[in-house]
Amino acid sequence: MELNFTGTDVCAVSTGTRSAAEAHYDVVVIGAGPSGVAAALEARQGGASVLLVDENPVPGAAMGNDVPLYFGGRMTAATQNSERMLEAVFMSLPALEQAMEAGVELLLGTCAWGVYRNGPGVQSLPEQVVGLADANRSWLVGFDRIVLATGARDLALAFPGWNQPGVMGAAALQMLLTRYDAFAGRRILILGSHDLALETALLATERGLEVAGLVEVRAAPQGSAVLVAQVAAAGILIRCSAAISSAQGGLDGVEAATLTTGETIACDTICTAVGLVPSIELVDAMHGPRALDPQRGGYVPRGEEAVSAVGLCAGLADTGFDHIEYRMAWVRALASVCAPDTIICQCEDVTRADLIGVQPPNYLTRPAPMCARSLDTLLHDGPANPDQIKRLTRAGMGVCQGRRCRDQVAMLLAIESGQPFGTIPLASHRAPVRPLPMKILADWNEPTEMEAAWDVWFGIPTQWVPVEDIGTPFEDAHRGMLYTGMYE
Amino acid sequence: MSGSEVVIVGGGVTGLSAGWWLARSGVKVTVLDKFIVGWEASGRNGGGASHYSSPLFDEEQRLWPQMDELLGYPTEHQKERILIAMTERQWEQYRFVAERHKRLDHPVELLDVQQVQEAVPLAGDTCFGGVHYKFGGHANPQRSVQAYAWALQDLGGTIIQHSPVTGFEAAGGKVTAVTTANGSYGCDAVVVAAGPQIPQLMAQLGVTVPLASARAEMIITEPAPMMPIGGVDGHKLYGRQTMRGNLAYGGGPHEWLEVDETGPAARPSTPLARNLARRLAELLPKAAHLNVIRSWAGVIENSPDGRPIIDRLTSPDNVVVASMSSVGFGLSPASGHAIRDLVIDGKCSFADIDILKLSRFAGLAADWREQRGWKPLA
Ligand SMILES: Cc1cc2nc3c(=O)[nH]c(=O)nc-3n(C[C@H](O)[C@H](O)[C@H](O)COP(=O)(O)OP(=O)(O)OC[C@H]3O[C@@H](n4cnc5c(N)ncnc54)[C@H](O)[C@@H]3O)c2cc1C
Repeated sequence: MELNFTGTDVCAVSTGTRSAAEAHYDVVVIGAGPSGVAAALEARQGGASVLLVDENPVPGAAMGNDVPLYFGGRMTAATQNSERMLEAVFMSLPALEQAMEAGVELLLGTCAWGVYRNGPGVQSLPEQVVGLADANRSWLVGFDRIVLATGARDLALAFPGWNQPGVMGAAALQMLLTRYDAFAGRRILILGSHDLALETALLATERGLEVAGLVEVRAAPQGSAVLVAQVAAAGILIRCSAAISSAQGGLDGVEAATLTTGETIACDTICTAVGLVPSIELVDAMHGPRALDPQRGGYVPRGEEAVSAVGLCAGLADTGFDHIEYRMAWVRALASVCAPDTIICQCEDVTRADLIGVQPPNYLTRPAPMCARSLDTLLHDGPANPDQIKRLTRAGMGVCQGRRCRDQVAMLLAIESGQPFGTIPLASHRAPVRPLPMKILADWNEPTEMEAAWDVWFGIPTQWVPVEDIGTPFEDAHRGMLYTGMYE
Repeated sequence: MSGSEVVIVGGGVTGLSAGWWLARSGVKVTVLDKFIVGWEASGRNGGGASHYSSPLFDEEQRLWPQMDELLGYPTEHQKERILIAMTERQWEQYRFVAERHKRLDHPVELLDVQQVQEAVPLAGDTCFGGVHYKFGGHANPQRSVQAYAWALQDLGGTIIQHSPVTGFEAAGGKVTAVTTANGSYGCDAVVVAAGPQIPQLMAQLGVTVPLASARAEMIITEPAPMMPIGGVDGHKLYGRQTMRGNLAYGGGPHEWLEVDETGPAARPSTPLARNLARRLAELLPKAAHLNVIRSWAGVIENSPDGRPIIDRLTSPDNVVVASMSSVGFGLSPASGHAIRDLVIDGKCSFADIDILKLSRFAGLAADWREQRGWKPLA
């Protein structure tokens, strides 16, 4: 058998194989919230070419999957009308117009789903690019510098009945109220009493909604005294030393919540306002440096020359408050109201018992050895790792891309393994960091070089020749049919 | 050999299967891995198990349908495959492959467009036809890795994670211990199944193993309605529908890498996800609206002929080296068996695997990687 074949490997990727970026900007800013717009304007005024993208208005289907925020099914039908939403989103931020006038290019309804660059393990990219997608297609844009102004997403928390419409997050509620004007609830119970919860209560009241109260696991309200006073002045009660023990509902979702105190409160929306998690998916998926900062709400980007973060993506305002400790207090309280069959991962129907038991999904059988396994037995082999738990239980593997459960799973693993939260690795984020329909992600304009280099596997002439055929004429026939063009 | 101790370097499918087979024979095994079992290629692959080009094929086919029962843990193994041709050229190639299978007595059936659509509800009517393999199959790599690991432990074997092997101690023409950052492990025999890190480890024993490593990528969608046969591929893609319904597919150009003694530096995926999405949308047009929810990459090593190296060295004579050359997941039930045989009996009991010997590369040019372009981009 010939081994010393020579030439070039036509099935190896090179810069020429790949689709080029459609455009290049000095600066690309992801997220057109106030800090994103400010960053874009500043860069533009400094003379840079600037592209500013924002995924809002988000397609209705994504919202239904709680992507990118925890909408909990409480958006009105108006969100299905993309024209109207585009207008609402644009009008909600007057600074957008100013940015455009200054020469910033603006794309709304456009998400960034991946950032790619050469580095360890990859040298084949023609330039560093960000992957963008709108409702019709995806494309790549090159940049010198990227500014992530992606904000923060909601921390979701499981309790019996949390998996129904009407249980949502504070960031999603604020988004629906302030930028979409499309919130479908009327009467809201808010979980938490730190600034996020207090601000949410005040905003909701200002928008004419009823706030049924705030619920706080700790003995006293947690937020700034000023906000606490404003909430009190608005006549909103904060129930301390209490947690939610269940949500009751009907066809349209939540109708009432019961607290650990035994009290039942009528409401159509339960808004989890216990914490915001900086949206660092893009940084993590590009293997950018990040570090846990409990005072800033979780993992935050460390920043690099070409990649910076602004606004909430860079971390919550540091007031000295330990957000992680606070969340852990909530998770501990809710862990005691959750039943073994309380769902933790909604996408994949993973119950608390199966998560902690590291059991496979229900469509697989569980022979006796499988039943004897648990997180405890797994911990004998090494520290808990959320990605390993995900592989075994499927928790976090679903279409919401772990948005609803990844933080809770990490906290539960910390609690169950008796380790500090900071020792639990961050479950990996992977591109596309937004679920994208295959036909939209697809590259319909790829260069012909890509197809020319495409083989199902490595294209090694000898790899798939059946042993029986080696040294027979069939070997050449095989090569002629399947590997023409290689190594010439 | 019962009662003796074998240390296995590498907790991928190959090392774990070998450990499980050895433990079944009463051998005391310790598997050492630098991180968590299956964290490299073994947990990142397509799960395909239809390696008709291998001398281990018959054993692979015999074992997979029994693996859940033998291991005591689910692997999600599913039988059979269907290949769909989306171009005239592919149809020509797939029919050639089908003819070959017939000649080798592997049961196959050609499908016309209508039959493809019946068998594969997500397929469209623009295909040229398909080939139904009534053999082969696929399994869930991540579940299978853990199944091997747990089954091995149930038989008294030990798995030590987070322990990179740094070297060996040798005396009297044998390796007597394997050293790690956390201590050394005495042994009667060693199996080196460290994937891309094999050349560096074997160099410490003075043995050259010609391997080149590369990165390959996959994408996965949200669940689709279950198809009768999950092992659907073709259109120059490989992949499967998981038992949950997700479509997990890979293919396309690879990127050659340099891997040092600490292993792959990173496993980044690239915008190749878009080219994969395109081909998958063409292959299964009725799934084109489904969301792609992740992509990932893995690093695998290849030998110069793309075939595994499974060999027991002559010096030191208690070392078995096992590189699966990028086709190792599906073959794992059989590769573990072969490794067990080499360790215990010095010879494979169920197949002639001389073609997998390291000595076949004796005449290989030192700069073989450069000669054929198996080198990283600058
Ligand atoms: C994207 C992709 C798709 C694939 N598709 C398929 C497919 O469909 N079918 C198929 O059969 N194969 C497929 N493969 C190939 C298959 O995954 C590999 O051939 C197989 O997993 C190899 O297993 P292994 O145990 O030999 O090596 P690895 O999985 O690489 O395991 C080696 C282990 O050794 C450990 N190790 C290395 N060095 C040291 C050290 N010094 N000390 C301690 N531990 C060490 C590593 O941590 C690792 O866990 C695919 C691979 C990829 C990446």
